[in-house]
Amino acid sequence: MRRVLMCPPDHFGVEYEINPWMSRGRRVDRAKAERQWRDLYDLLGDKLGLSISLLRPRKGLPDLVFTANAGLVHGDAFLPSNFRYMERRGEEPVFRQWFEKEGYRIRPLPPDLFFEGEGDVLRVGDRLFAGYRFRSDIRSHEWISKMLGLPVLSLELVDDRFYHLDTCFCPLSDDAAAYYPPAFDLYGRRVIDEGIRRKVLPPTDDALRFACNAVVADRKAVIPAGCGTFRKLLEGLGYEVWETELSEFIKAGGAAKCLTLFLD
Amino acid sequence: MGTYSRVIELRGHIIDSLTFPKVLDEILDHGADYETEEISIGRTRRDASRARIRVTAPSEEVLDRVLAHVRRLGAEAIEEGDAAVLPAPADGVFPEGFYATTNLPTRVRIEGRWLDVEDLCMDSAIRVRGGSDRPRCVKMYEVRAGDPIVVGYEGVRVEPQRKAPLERGLFEFMSSTASPEKSKERIIRDIAGEMRETKRSGAGKILWVLGPAVVHTGARESFCRILDAGYVDVVFAGNGLAAHDIEASLYGTSLGVSITGGKPVPRGHEHHLRAINAVRAAGGIGRAVEAGLLKDGIMYRLERKGIPYVLSGSVRDDGPLPEVITDSVKAQARMRELFRGVSMAVMVATMLHSIAAGNLLPAAVRTVCVDISTEMVTKLADRGTHQSLGLVTDAEPFLRELAARLRE
Repeated sequence: MRRVLMCPPDHFGVEYEINPWMSRGRRVDRAKAERQWRDLYDLLGDKLGLSISLLRPRKGLPDLVFTANAGLVHGDAFLPSNFRYMERRGEEPVFRQWFEKEGYRIRPLPPDLFFEGEGDVLRVGDRLFAGYRFRSDIRSHEWISKMLGLPVLSLELVDDRFYHLDTCFCPLSDDAAAYYPPAFDLYGRRVIDEGIRRKVLPPTDDALRFACNAVVADRKAVIPAGCGTFRKLLEGLGYEVWETELSEFIKAGGAAKCLTLFLD
Repeated sequence: MGTYSRVIELRGHIIDSLTFPKVLDEILDHGADYETEEISIGRTRRDASRARIRVTAPSEEVLDRVLAHVRRLGAEAIEEGDAAVLPAPADGVFPEGFYATTNLPTRVRIEGRWLDVEDLCMDSAIRVRGGSDRPRCVKMYEVRAGDPIVVGYEGVRVEPQRKAPLERGLFEFMSSTASPEKSKERIIRDIAGEMRETKRSGAGKILWVLGPAVVHTGARESFCRILDAGYVDVVFAGNGLAAHDIEASLYGTSLGVSITGGKPVPRGHEHHLRAINAVRAAGGIGRAVEAGLLKDGIMYRLERKGIPYVLSGSVRDDGPLPEVITDSVKAQARMRELFRGVSMAVMVATMLHSIAAGNLLPAAVRTVCVDISTEMVTKLADRGTHQSLGLVTDAEPFLRELAARLRE
């Protein structure tokens, strides 16, 4: 049973603007956000069979719900994020403490290298695919590769609406992934094309509804609501798919995957 | 041809990620070029690769732009190390692998600091004695056993010619072109303008390199007018120019031909020998002027005005005149001494001395080369004398026109 980390949205809100989705003018409906988060939590536990650990939310850290950005877990090692934006740096000690308490070996990267955890680094088979430019620094990739002993393929993100890799790339299995090509430059598209055997390409409408920000485990997927074409594509490959409304979190530029960090 | 260059390093899974070709593409897209100095490719898919790439760009701006772009792709500019230095193994011998200089502005990195190389001269080595002695270009014959000489390319930067506002205009427009078709009147007017500007701004000295044709073609008077107007600070020439100038002063002929009449005079072919002999008898050109034997002409004025000159010898010289330096190494050393502070050089009707001077001059010196032979003018323009302006014409009309323009 795979384990994940989530954080309830008690203090979630759009309190600053650090990606094109965020607008302080569009208020988050807190009750709705809590309902949507609870639905996701239930689907991940009940349908995907994930074991969910919870991080206690903290006041003043509205994005702590997006646990995917805590860092990267590999075995018993935790590589904590170095957030690019000051607004999120307050999350770093909170995540770090939790992992320390859980007995992980904390392996920080040099502090001057921006690195935003599973938001930008995702594993397919025995390789890590890593995004850079808007948040993570490409130079962090070499460190990660050295620390974990895994090859890291760097992918430049070119559309700031897809500012993290997990907004436009989603591993499905050891040799399959979903991705939205326009979010990558031509080199990145070629790397994915040549590096991954089976690809699922969501249409633009679905990609903009965060189709790729899905949680996938063992041929089951929870995807944001409204991604009908993407759902059919996954089902065509034999995946069992659940759609769930995550509109309040998309206001902050995140959906299912951003709210989830794999712990193994 | 020097350019701005830096070495960058790229590490990681740069082959599978296509980061390596991407960086190379970026370099080319921005108008720079690259040379992969070293690449080690991971043995397995797991292993990282590493590449060292030298980026060369036509300007500092382009280089900075490229570095900024490739930095985003993870390529880091390598902090260059100090220049490597080895002692000269013997007098007059550079150490193996010595850095051969160009005539372009050069800097060397010594103890972490970039220092300008002085006495720039192509085909030399760089001596770095340290202390108060600045790094400087030294010729092979100048080096002494044990002198610290830069070896290899690390820690040496050559910068392409920077064009200061003064150096634009004429020299940019005319750069390295030797065309018999161009309007000479206009070009000469512009040269006069450059000379006036050089003097007015105090930018530097004007060097003249003269061949005997200046006298043969009857341009002596014109050159004397230029001298009198104060546009001559240093003169390089040979035995011939001085001998014929003195012949003209003493006999009114040049190589036995009457300068005014244009006809050979009886026994005129002996005149230059007699002139040389007279000067030798007087103990030299300076003495001949003091003694009142020499009362006119170019050499007379140079002596009277105290304008430094170098007469360097050649195998075919008659006499030679006592001031002629027959040891070519000594002549070269004296020329290099007198180059200091020169910012403009005008070479008229001499292949031998023009090429010698051209080879010794830093590229920053603006050079005008005037010769009747297109080949000669092109030859000099092609010798890396970057700010050079070639003019294919006889010496006489050039100097006559220039003297007139300088009086305006």
